[in-house]
Parts: sequence; structure tokens; C-alpha cells
Amino acid sequence: MDRLMTHTLSASTPVVLPGTPALLSRGGWMTVALALLVACVVVPAMNLAVPPGHPLHLDDYWVSLLGKFCCYALCALAMDLIWGFTGILSLGHGLYFALGGYVMGMYLMRQIGTDGQYRSSLPDFMVFLDWKTLPWHWALSDSFIATLALVLLVPGAVAFVFGFFAFRSRIQGVYFSIITQAMTYAAMLLFFRNETGFGGNNGFTDFKRLLGQTITTPGMRMVLFVLSALTLMGAYVGLRWLTRAKFGRVLSAVRDAESRLMFCGYSPLPYKLAAWVLSALLCGVAGALYVPQVGIINPSEMSVANSIEIAVWAAVGGRGTLAGPIAGAFAVNGAKSWLTQVAPEFWLYVLGALFVAVTLFMPDGIAGLVRRLRRSRQGGKGVQDNQEAA
Amino acid sequence: MNPDLLEQGAERLRNASGPGYGRVVQPGHLDLTHGRILYLEDVNVSFDGFKAINHLSIDIAPGELRCIIGPNGAGKTTMMDIITGKTRPDSGTVFFGGTINLLRHSEAEIAQLGIGRKFQRPTVFEALSVHENLELALQGSRSLRASVWGRLSGEQRDRLAEVLTLIRLAPEVARPAGLLSHGQKQWLEIGMLLVQDPRLLLLDEPVAGMTDQETERTAELILTLKGRHSIIVVEHDMGFIDTIAETVTVLAEGSVLAQGTLAQVQADERVIETYLGR
Repeated sequence: MDRLMTHTLSASTPVVLPGTPALLSRGGWMTVALALLVACVVVPAMNLAVPPGHPLHLDDYWVSLLGKFCCYALCALAMDLIWGFTGILSLGHGLYFALGGYVMGMYLMRQIGTDGQYRSSLPDFMVFLDWKTLPWHWALSDSFIATLALVLLVPGAVAFVFGFFAFRSRIQGVYFSIITQAMTYAAMLLFFRNETGFGGNNGFTDFKRLLGQTITTPGMRMVLFVLSALTLMGAYVGLRWLTRAKFGRVLSAVRDAESRLMFCGYSPLPYKLAAWVLSALLCGVAGALYVPQVGIINPSEMSVANSIEIAVWAAVGGRGTLAGPIAGAFAVNGAKSWLTQVAPEFWLYVLGALFVAVTLFMPDGIAGLVRRLRRSRQGGKGVQDNQEAA
Repeated sequence: MNPDLLEQGAERLRNASGPGYGRVVQPGHLDLTHGRILYLEDVNVSFDGFKAINHLSIDIAPGELRCIIGPNGAGKTTMMDIITGKTRPDSGTVFFGGTINLLRHSEAEIAQLGIGRKFQRPTVFEALSVHENLELALQGSRSLRASVWGRLSGEQRDRLAEVLTLIRLAPEVARPAGLLSHGQKQWLEIGMLLVQDPRLLLLDEPVAGMTDQETERTAELILTLKGRHSIIVVEHDMGFIDTIAETVTVLAEGSVLAQGTLAQVQADERVIETYLGR
């Protein structure tokens, strides 16, 4: 047997193992740098420095729109981690987005102080309900530091508990998706009720200040936009780094052949749970950045359609590519804000048609389309490119 | 009890190697002092009244290459399911070495104890490259932290290169596994077992769907592994069995029908009857 063994070993040339791929390709770093330049210099300059009426002036409307899109893109990234990489389709990510938003909303409600309709130190809706003191879960809402912590802790804890029991019971596929959808629906009903202390169906609105500064000034709007853009870019590079490590490969192994992974000695539970919680955290942060920019949070953010839309962004952009879902979120929402102005009644039909078309003709989404175009342009070199992108 | 007695006891314990002496059970340590790496006794499994495994008793020696044949529905795959923790038997005992009760461990734990399994249909991680497939299977920490911060050591890279050569996939190292041929996928899966350094290898139809040349190479590979790992091969291809087999066990209706060399079992009246039908 030894003879055979040495024969097999010596018969071939030394094996060259591929090294770790770069965090981002050169083009990738260029794109990030460009995005950084646009978000931190170009947009602020065009909005604040260029006077209104000048052809290069960027209207306030566009700044808040871009800020919103950055938050949506953050959700799409989160969805890509759990759906694109791990193969777990969540139809309830709107819940985590809304939870992050509500935590931030509670802080903003307290920041109104005594400037509300009723001149009371309690938020208006509590005065309206004839409450005399703050409910217990509002205890930390006047501290900005505690709010920042809770923006992570609340969605994280909910996701951890839900994920732990769901994954431990090995709930998979469409059953899991349905349960996530039921979860967000149940939470919506809960938040609709006045006695839970979240402002009922009106939610929170009419915010005045953030960290003592007036919230409606162009400067504050710009700060929030830049923060959203930076968070999005940070999340992109961070997820890129994480999925490039063995962690990302274990996640795609969960997606492609979970039982094989178990027979390789892995317990999928901690990996699924980590991806799930991380994904929920990103959505929570997105929600917290979103609320001060749009100035309102109400239970409709937890509606089933909102969560499904997040999945549509990721699918349109291209699952498992990280960059794709960002593009998807911008593209779909861009189309949405244009169409809802031109022909509002058609938007839902367009969204449905878009989803069907992407599923049928572009299963790899925008990212797949770009990859195919690049490959056909470069001919033979494309195969290598494909591996780099993947 | 005085110090002298304690000393003597410790001395006996140090010298104890063969069976019959008391030894301290070390959790997770594979105890081969009784000369058996796998031991199944009186195992029963039924699915909705159908007895898939019926009073099955079988044992494998360390380093042995055992072939298992039998008609469809004889319980070959179910037996592997039991050993790897996928199916729990209704009754019976399943021991890995002298001390590890496999019925008390999960699939992942059993894999980590040193039992590797190749499925009937090749299952590899199709989106990952050959190299990444092997890297995931590589012996080492399975913790979350290691998956984020861990790096391959030089030793691990050497082991990867060695196995890549052994399974003849070195030229395909950067290819996505989904693009490999059927035979190559089978080899990759065997390679994924090998990098885990298993003590016991379970191969479920390793040459199914392979060309003659691929079958020949697989036989060569399995013979290379003999002696270093204990191996159980389930296969229908008699030519292949003939090339590699020492001891052949015939399963039928969930229990052992005959055992011996291939020539012996092929001459067995009951085996012929089972295969040809009554």
C-alpha cells in the first residue's frame, strides 16, 4: 500500500493552494472612495454651499430621499446576509427596522419636552390618554446613550430569542418565512393598541429636537444623511470582510447542504443565529437612522408588505453579492418614488411585475446582469472574473 | 488504605493496557483495547411498522476494510444512519470503540468523534471551490470565533495539499464544486472526509454513476486508505467489491445473512436465493 501511496503523491506537481482573496477589488475600493466623496463632499456642497436656483443646487427633498434610500439599502444588505448567504428567507425584517425606529422615536418624543400641544412633560398621546406618569418601558428614553444601546439591544434580543427557538427546532424554508411574517404582523397589532404605550396607530411624530438641536434644519438633515451613508458603507465593507472569512463559507454551506455541514462536525445553530441576529441589528440601526429623517414612525412600518419589499430589493439587486442588494434598494425605491408621483395607482402592479420578471429573466438580479455583461465584453477572461465577484 | 496500596494501584493502572484491567474512561477518547472500533448489537428500527433493521449485530476491527452488500431495502443506508446519529434505533446498542455510546451523541458530535460519512448522492457545497470545500471539512475548531478570526496553519495547508493530490483534484483546486464531474464530486466528498482524519469511514455507494476508469481509480484510493482508517463500504458493483474486499457482509431484511470472503458469500445458498428471489 505504501508503494501505491508514494506513487500517487510523487506523480503530480506540487499543489498550489489559492490565497485569501482581497477584501475589495481595486474597482471596488474606487467605488467606495467615490461614494464616500459624493456623500461627504459633493452632496453637502451642492445642497448647502450652492445657492438655491443655481443649476447645480441639490434640493432638500433629494437629500432626505437619498438618506432614506441609504437606510433601505442597509436593510437590503441585512436581508442579503440572511437570505442570500445563509438561504433563510425572512419576511419579517420590517419588525427589526421598526423596533430600531421606535426606540429612536421614544427618545425623540422625550426631546420635545414641554413644547407639545398640551405643554406637558409627557408625550402628547399620553396626555390624551390621561396618563399621569411615564410607563416603565420609557424609563431610559431621555438618555441618548441608552437609546443608542437599546437601538441594538432591542432588535438583537428579539431576534436572538426568536432565532434560537426557531433554529433549534430546525424550522426551515417556507415554514420559517411564514413564522417571521406572523411575528411582524402580531407585533404590528400589538403596537396599534393604545395601552402598550407606543402611541397607537398614530405612532410618534412631530419631533422637534435631536441632542438639543432643532431637527428640521438643513444642517441636521445633512448630518443625518451623511451618517446614514457612512453607516451603509461601513456595513458593506464589514459584511464583505465577514463573508470573506470562513464564517461566510459556513453560511453558504448552510444554504447549500446543511446536512453535509452537520456531518462535517458543525452545529449550524450558532452560525444561523449569528447571521440572523447580525441581520436584525443592521435593520434596527437602519430604522433608528430612518425615523429622524422622515419624522414619523407608526405601526404600518411593521406591515407585511414592508417586509416583503425588503426581500424584493435584495432579489432585484442579486442575492449573495452584497453590492447587488444596495443597487437593488436604490433602483426599486428610485422607481417607486418616481412612479408614485407620476401614476400612484400603478406602483403595486409594477412592483409585482418587477418581482416576476426578475425571478424569470434575471435570477441573479442586477449583480448577475452586470457580471454577464462584463464577461461577454471580456470574453475568455470572464470565468476568472466570475470567481472574483463570487 | 495506606500509601503503599495507593502506589501499587497507581502502578497497576499505568501498566494496564490489555483487556481485563480497570481503566479510567476518558471522555471522547477512542478505546480500542478490545480490538473493535465499531460494535452494533441487537439493533432494531422500524418505520411505521416496517422493520428496516431487525436484530442487527455487526462489529468492525480497527483498520479493517469491510464491504456490505445486499438487495434494495436490506437496511444498508439505515444502518449508516444509525451509526452517524441520523436515525435513532428503537432498541439495541451501538458503541464506537469500547466506551463511546453513539446513541448519546448528535450528528455533529459523532462526526467530531471521528466517524466520517459519504452519502449515496454526492453532496458537496456547490457554490464553494474545491479548496474551500476541503477547508470547511478540515480537522480543527468548529467554533464561531475561529470561523471569523482563524487562519490555516502551515500544517493544515500541507494536509489540504496532500489530500488534494490523493483525490486527484489538485488541478481543479479553485473550481466551484458545482462544476465538477459526478466522479470528481464523489472524490471531493471522500477528500472532505479524509481531511477530518476520521477513525472510521462510511462510504455509501462510492462508485455509483462512475465510469470504469473512475471506478478503478476509486478502488485504488480506497486501498490506499486501508489500514490507516477503518472503512465500511456499501456498494452494488460486484467488480469493484472484488477489487477491494477482504470480508464481505451480506445484509437482507435488516439483519446479517452471511459473512466471509466474496467467493464464500457468493457461493452461499441463502445469498443466491435472496438475490435471485424465491
